Amino acid sequence: MNIHEYQGQEILKKYGVRVSEGIVADNPDAAVDAAKRLTQQTGTDIWVVKAQIHAGGRGKGGGVKVAKSLDEVKELAKQIIGMQLVTHQTGPEGKLVNKVLIAQNVFYPGDSEPEEYYMSVLLNRDTGRNIIMYSTEGGMDIEKVAEETPHLIYKEEIDPATGVLPFQARRIAFNLGLSGKAFKEMSKFVPGLYNAYVGSDASLMEINPVLKTSDDLIMAIDAKIDIDDNALYRHSDIAEMRDLSEEDPSEIEASKHNLNFVKLDGNVGCMVNGAGLAMATMDIIKLSGGDPANFLDVGGGANAQTVEAGLKIILSDPNVNAILINIFGGIVRCDRVANGVVEAYKKIGEINVPIIVRLQGTNAEGGKKIIDESGLKVFSAITLKEASDLVQELVG
Amino acid sequence: MSVLVSDKSNVIVQGFTGSEGTFHASQMIEYGTNVVGGVTPGKGGSTHLNLPVFNTVKEAVEKVKADVSVIFVPPAFAADAIMEAADAGIKVAIAITEGIPTADMVKVKNFITGKDIRLVGPNCPGVISPGLAKVGIMPGFIHSKGKIGVVSRSGTLTYEAVDQLTKEGLGQSTCIGIGGDPIIGTTTKEAVKLLMDDPDTDGIIMIGEIGGGMETEAARWIKENGTKPVVGFIAGQTAPKGRRMGHAGAIIGGTDDTAAAKMKVMKECGIHVVESPATLGVTMKNALS
Repeated sequence: MNIHEYQGQEILKKYGVRVSEGIVADNPDAAVDAAKRLTQQTGTDIWVVKAQIHAGGRGKGGGVKVAKSLDEVKELAKQIIGMQLVTHQTGPEGKLVNKVLIAQNVFYPGDSEPEEYYMSVLLNRDTGRNIIMYSTEGGMDIEKVAEETPHLIYKEEIDPATGVLPFQARRIAFNLGLSGKAFKEMSKFVPGLYNAYVGSDASLMEINPVLKTSDDLIMAIDAKIDIDDNALYRHSDIAEMRDLSEEDPSEIEASKHNLNFVKLDGNVGCMVNGAGLAMATMDIIKLSGGDPANFLDVGGGANAQTVEAGLKIILSDPNVNAILINIFGGIVRCDRVANGVVEAYKKIGEINVPIIVRLQGTNAEGGKKIIDESGLKVFSAITLKEASDLVQELVG
Repeated sequence: MSVLVSDKSNVIVQGFTGSEGTFHASQMIEYGTNVVGGVTPGKGGSTHLNLPVFNTVKEAVEKVKADVSVIFVPPAFAADAIMEAADAGIKVAIAITEGIPTADMVKVKNFITGKDIRLVGPNCPGVISPGLAKVGIMPGFIHSKGKIGVVSRSGTLTYEAVDQLTKEGLGQSTCIGIGGDPIIGTTTKEAVKLLMDDPDTDGIIMIGEIGGGMETEAARWIKENGTKPVVGFIAGQTAPKGRRMGHAGAIIGGTDDTAAAKMKVMKECGIHVVESPATLGVTMKNALS
C-alpha cells in the first residue's frame, strides 16, 4: 500500500527521525491557516506548497511551489488543489490533487551550505536481507544516478538479528563526507530510518532528498513509503491511511470481492485462477493479436458469485471487446465453474462481447458440455492452444 | 528416484486440524503419501484422520520420525511454524501459506541459514513425486510418473505444464513449486540443481515470472553446469512496471527483471525458451528427441 508524503512523515516522526515540519490542507483557506500555524511553530516566513499524490516527480510537473507571502500560499494552493498533476509516474492523464502539504522552508541561510543526499531502505531479494542504499547525489532521479555514476551509490546490508550497528551508521556518515554536528546527526538519523522501516512493515522507504541544513541538522524533506499489504493486519493505524481516491475505481470494487485485479488499457479482458496462469493468459492474448485489458486472479474459489463480480468489473471497461476466462480446475471442478459462468451470464443479462471459456483439469469435458449447450454467446475451449486460436479469430 | 519427497518420506502436517490442513491432508493420504501425523499446539494427544496429533514438531520428530513437514498455518503464525520445524530437525519443510509478511520471512531466512533444513515456499503449491508422494495442494490426477522435472513459481501454471507433459506422454520425476513471494526458501537455481543431479530426471521445465533475479541466476548456472535439456517460460511479458501482479514477488523493479530481459539471458544460456505457455509440453518432447 502506498501512502502520502505527509502520512510518511508522521510515521518517521514517531521513530525520532527529523523531518521538515508541515501541515496538510485540502482547500486554500485551510492552507493559509496551516501556513500561519507553521510560522508559530517553526518561525518560517517562507512556505513550500506540495501536492500530495502517490507519484514521484511532483516538482517537475508543477506540483511543488515556494510561497513568500500568505497571499501566495493561498494563490498556489488554489492552483494546485484540483489540478490534474502529470509526472513521469502518473501516465498522460495525470492524477487529481486533493490535498497539499504546507511545509516549512528548510533552505535558510546559515554557517554552511545546505547539502542534499539520497537514502532508502529496501529488501535485497537475492540475500533476503534489508539494505540501506544511499548516495551523495540527493534530489536527483536515483535510477539515472545508478545508470550514469554507479560508483556514487553505496549499500549497507543489515543483519536482521542486530539491526543497524553503530559502525554501519558511522560508515554511512563518513561516506557522505560529514563531520562534526552533522556527522552525529546522521549517526542518529540512519538507525531511526531503519527502525521506522522495520517497525511499520514497510517494503520501501525512500527519502530523496535527505537534507543537511545550513546549521548542520539532518532531516527528511520528502518521504516515499510503501507498506507490505500482508502486514497491514498488525498496523491498524497505517491501514487507515489508505486513500481510495488514489486507486482505480474498478480495482477498489474488485478488492471488495477479494479479487486480485489490475486495470490495463487493452481490449481483451481476462479472468483466471492463479497469478502465474493469469500473467501467462495475458501473454497469450498479446501473442494472439489482442491486448490484455486487465490482470484478474480469482484465486481458489471460482464460483458463480466471484465470476459474476469479475465479469461485471471487466465489462465496465468500454474498451473491452472480448473476454477470455481461463480456469485450470484442480481442486475446483470445471463443471461447477461452467455452471457458475452460465448463471452469472444470465444474471447480468445483456452481454455484447464474446466470451471464451477455457476449462481444463477436473471434469473439463463436463464443463465444456455445459458451456456448449447453454445457448449463450460463449465459446468453449479445453487446451490453451484452442483458447489462443479463438482469441485470434475474434480480435486478432 | 525423485528429489525432496518420496515414498520413504515421513510427512507431518503443521496446522493439521484446521480446515485447509484437514482437507489437503486427506487428499495427500488418498494419493498414497506416507503421512505419519500432524501438529496443532494444544491438541496434542488426540487423533485426527486416524493419525496422531502432537503439540510440538519436536515431539513428532521423536515419536513418528517425521522428516518432511507441510505447513498450512495461517499467515500471522506461519513464520513461527517454519522456524519450529527447523529447530526440531525437520529436513524438508514445505510452506503452502500465502500472505506471510516479508519482515517475518527475513527473520526465517536468517534463522534457518546454517541449519540442516531445506525450506520450499512459502506461497507455493508444494512438491510432488508422482506415484510416490504428493506433499501439497496440487491435483494428483494430472501427474504421471516419469522423467521430467518441473520447477515453478506459480501454482496453476505448473498444473498447465504438467498436464501438457502428461498428454505428450512425458511423465514427471518431481515437480517443485518454489513459491511466488519475494523471499523463498529454495531458489530456482537450487531447485534446478537438485533435478540436474537426479539420475532419474532427463529434462527440466523451468517456469518463472517477472520480478527478482532468480531465473537469470539459474540460467547462468545451467550454462556452466547443465547436462540435460531445459525448457523455460517467463510469465508477465505484458505486465506493466511497478505493479504487483497477484504474487507478492511478481513486480518489475528495474530493467533486469522484466520477462523480456530474463528470456534473453535464458536463450543465451542455451535454454529452450517458449513465448507461449501453450507449447511447453511439445517443446520438451522435441528437445528430448
